[in-house]
Amino acid sequence: MKRLLLLLSVLAALILTLGSCGNADDEPLDTDAQTQQIQNGTVTLNVYNWGEYISDGSFDSLNTNKAFEEYFYEKYGYKVTVNYTTYATNEDMYSKLKNSSVVYDIVIPSDYMIQKMIEEDMLLSFDVEKDIPNYTYIDSEFKNTYYDPNNAYSVPYTYCMMGVIYNTALVDEADVKDKSWGLLWNEKYKGNILQFNNPRDAFATAMYWKGLDVNSTENEDWDKALELLVEQKPILQGYVNDEIFNKMTSESAAIAPYFVGDFLIMAEEEENLAFYYPTEGVNYFVDAMCIPKNAAQPEIAKEYINFMLSEEAAIANAIYIGYASPNTLVSQNEEYIAVMNEYSYEGEDGETAYELLYNRKPSEVNAKYNALIGNDNASCYQSFNPDIQSRVNTLWENLKIADSTEPWIHVTCVVIVGSVIALAIYSTYIKKKRSRDYRLRDRAKKQRGCRI
Amino acid sequence: MNSIAAAPHVFWAILFIVLPLFIVVYYAFVDSSGNFSFENITALKDYAPIFGLSVELSVIATAVCLIIGYPLAYIMARAKPKNQKLFVMLLMLPMWTNLLIRTYSIMAILDDGGFLNTLLNTSFHIVGTKGAVIFGMVYDFLPYMVLPIYTCISKIDKHMWEAAQDLGCNTVTTLTKVILPLSMSGIISGVTMVLVPSISTFYISQKLGGGTFELIGDTIERQFVTGALNVGAAISLVMMILILISLTVMNRFGNGDEGGIIV
Repeated sequence: MKRLLLLLSVLAALILTLGSCGNADDEPLDTDAQTQQIQNGTVTLNVYNWGEYISDGSFDSLNTNKAFEEYFYEKYGYKVTVNYTTYATNEDMYSKLKNSSVVYDIVIPSDYMIQKMIEEDMLLSFDVEKDIPNYTYIDSEFKNTYYDPNNAYSVPYTYCMMGVIYNTALVDEADVKDKSWGLLWNEKYKGNILQFNNPRDAFATAMYWKGLDVNSTENEDWDKALELLVEQKPILQGYVNDEIFNKMTSESAAIAPYFVGDFLIMAEEEENLAFYYPTEGVNYFVDAMCIPKNAAQPEIAKEYINFMLSEEAAIANAIYIGYASPNTLVSQNEEYIAVMNEYSYEGEDGETAYELLYNRKPSEVNAKYNALIGNDNASCYQSFNPDIQSRVNTLWENLKIADSTEPWIHVTCVVIVGSVIALAIYSTYIKKKRSRDYRLRDRAKKQRGCRI
Repeated sequence: MNSIAAAPHVFWAILFIVLPLFIVVYYAFVDSSGNFSFENITALKDYAPIFGLSVELSVIATAVCLIIGYPLAYIMARAKPKNQKLFVMLLMLPMWTNLLIRTYSIMAILDDGGFLNTLLNTSFHIVGTKGAVIFGMVYDFLPYMVLPIYTCISKIDKHMWEAAQDLGCNTVTTLTKVILPLSMSGIISGVTMVLVPSISTFYISQKLGGGTFELIGDTIERQFVTGALNVGAAISLVMMILILISLTVMNRFGNGDEGGIIV
């Protein structure tokens, strides 16, 4: 037994020293591993992006990931494989990065999430201007943003503004003249209005309308917004997410708030749809490419980001995704403008899809709102602190609970439960009675001296 | 030998059933910074109306399933063996399509500008009502009601019918006095298999309810999506306990000894 223990401890010591050896010269070992990987052709770049958010080669488009692999091979002489995976929400991406040991080299979160991830030290800081040469082509509107004021973490990928979609055949011209969020509260269209099915966007529509701060930390502001939403609830057809596409194109609903890029796709299918940016202010999101702090290949990731900003790749992506591009190489490219103008959308005064997307910058649309709140980025969502987050969640539940029961449901339920209980009691009674009868009969027989 | 053969199953059960349960319990009793607290449980009173609505809607859906499902199962069990196979296949056929896709399709069909309204040139407002949600539950979960009852009835000895009739039962009394009590375990399995998924459903209510009201499944989903794991875990825990209690009560009805799949 003693010998065994000794053997074990020697073994343990050996493993420990070996382990520490490995740790001591981490650097060279890593490069060795890297050379090894290069020789084996197994260098992978793990890209984690939204679903349907990159040109993938379908419909004769350019497969930008493949193009990057080729470009990289030509430039550096070794093969990199892009391992491309997708997520559905910022929160999914965040929890995966936070709670699991999976390593990603590129992620593409939205503005408020970037802010949160920077605060939590999850992103790699680098000299964006120096490391990404193509960064010069990014529109200055999307540099020095509130979420990344020193351009040290993120490179914008796409952006998109929100607005109101309406069906010109079902909505009177006079009601949309003032281009207001108020259209969503117009009782004339009872049962034909849709609203966002997530607290942040739904509350924001009410808050822009009434000039409240969408990033407010005052309970009062949120209570006011809730009142407006409760008032709106009876005239709504529903709270929806992606069902909006079907509902608007099939004329099931007449009015809905949504993003302009998605509107253009809906307008392809239903020519009566029109769109405006409410004058009271709108939200817009920016999705930007970032490198997580624990990335395995930060240098290749920078190459990747730079490549995605290059003309051909950026245009292919912008056409595929359909959202606006912050890259001037895209937005000023004749070929791209021609493609955008193939959209069947035609707005007031012959406005084209391209003009709808690019003619008005977010800062211009939101000038009035930003001045009202007194902050240049007032219209953007900032990441909530936990208190406000749970407050908003609670208010959202209150909204969903408001007038949610109808008397007939209670009545039916009581009838069902009542009859089940009655049946149960009745059958128990019958059983008891029967067994008592049998018992009595048996006893009677016994008394008469019969065999049972 | 037996225990070696069972090892993978035990391992599976521990890893995917027992361990997750403990994680749920753990999260339900700590706050967001990991300290022990009862706050999540006391916060549940705010969700009482949602609980109530979920239970009510699923009770109604289960009752409708039973009313439609029992006669169907009876007819199936009494049909010729060849037709029985056909019936079972027809019943299972929709289940080859995923529940989410079926629900989404129902939404497209019943919507205000959907297939039905276009076809009939009408303007019924169905999607967004509670009736639509109940319909969705019945449509999606009916096979779970029919199949256990069908199995149960078809297992009843054919001589039972003959014996009942010999002893003077007509068709109706055969059914109520003999077949119904004998198929009670099937009914209880069916009720369980419809009631439990209906209470916790979230997709059906989101799509067919138009989002104007929330069921408890939606609430749990949203808690997890927005990162409020603790409250979500507390709601799930209470749900599990409530379901366990109601199953135990139901087991009593079924005389305990023919409890089928429950508890």
